[in-house]
Amino acid sequence: MIRLKFFARYAELVGREDLELPLPAPATVEEVVRRVRAGIPGAAQLPERPLTAVNLRHVRLDAPVRDGDEVAFLPPLAGG
Amino acid sequence: MHPSGGHLTREPISPAALLAEVAGPEHGASCLFLGTVRDGPEDGGVTGIEYSAYDAMAGAELDRILAEAQRQWPAARVAVRHRLGLVPTEDASIGIAAAAPHRADAFAACRYVIEEVKRRAPIWKKELRADGSVLWVDPQGRPVVVGPE
Repeated sequence: MIRLKFFARYAELVGREDLELPLPAPATVEEVVRRVRAGIPGAAQLPERPLTAVNLRHVRLDAPVRDGDEVAFLPPLAGG
Repeated sequence: MHPSGGHLTREPISPAALLAEVAGPEHGASCLFLGTVRDGPEDGGVTGIEYSAYDAMAGAELDRILAEAQRQWPAARVAVRHRLGLVPTEDASIGIAAAAPHRADAFAACRYVIEEVKRRAPIWKKELRADGSVLWVDPQGRPVVVGPE
């Protein structure tokens, strides 16, 4: 199982901030994004290549995802 | 009181408290940066901005940015505070204080931290307009209208 987190506009599109997703085998962030967009209501409106973080760190889409990880979908950053 | 290592706050930012955090007798230069909520002629009547964050990651990212500044300017000390929640126009959304023995390092460390926060901190803002409209702000693109609230 992995934990998914959605923020700001993405949380509005998906209708929630937290979700859990079964992860039968190690995958990449890109594969997780594809499954989320295909399988979660509202998530098809997320970009195909969103900014993402795994376990509180920015990652590229080819980064590995393992059981227990927290994968976050980050809208364009606007801090400061 | 402050979540995530003290860098995030829902209270107004105190410049004096930030400066006090980096003060020391060896520091001959202190530099303070404040980012404030703007309503300029092209901004369309902004009354405030609602800031939200991925709190745990924002705290961790700010920790990492400060650690990088410390490595690059070992004699400098830097403190940062980012405000979350509704920040009215003219209030500070971010404050950064940097102190160092000499001004070049204080300015450089302060500049480094604000630029990296802009680039990396998982923080988002929703602009509240006088006409009742609400916009998610994408600094790289066009704001996305999400409708009146």
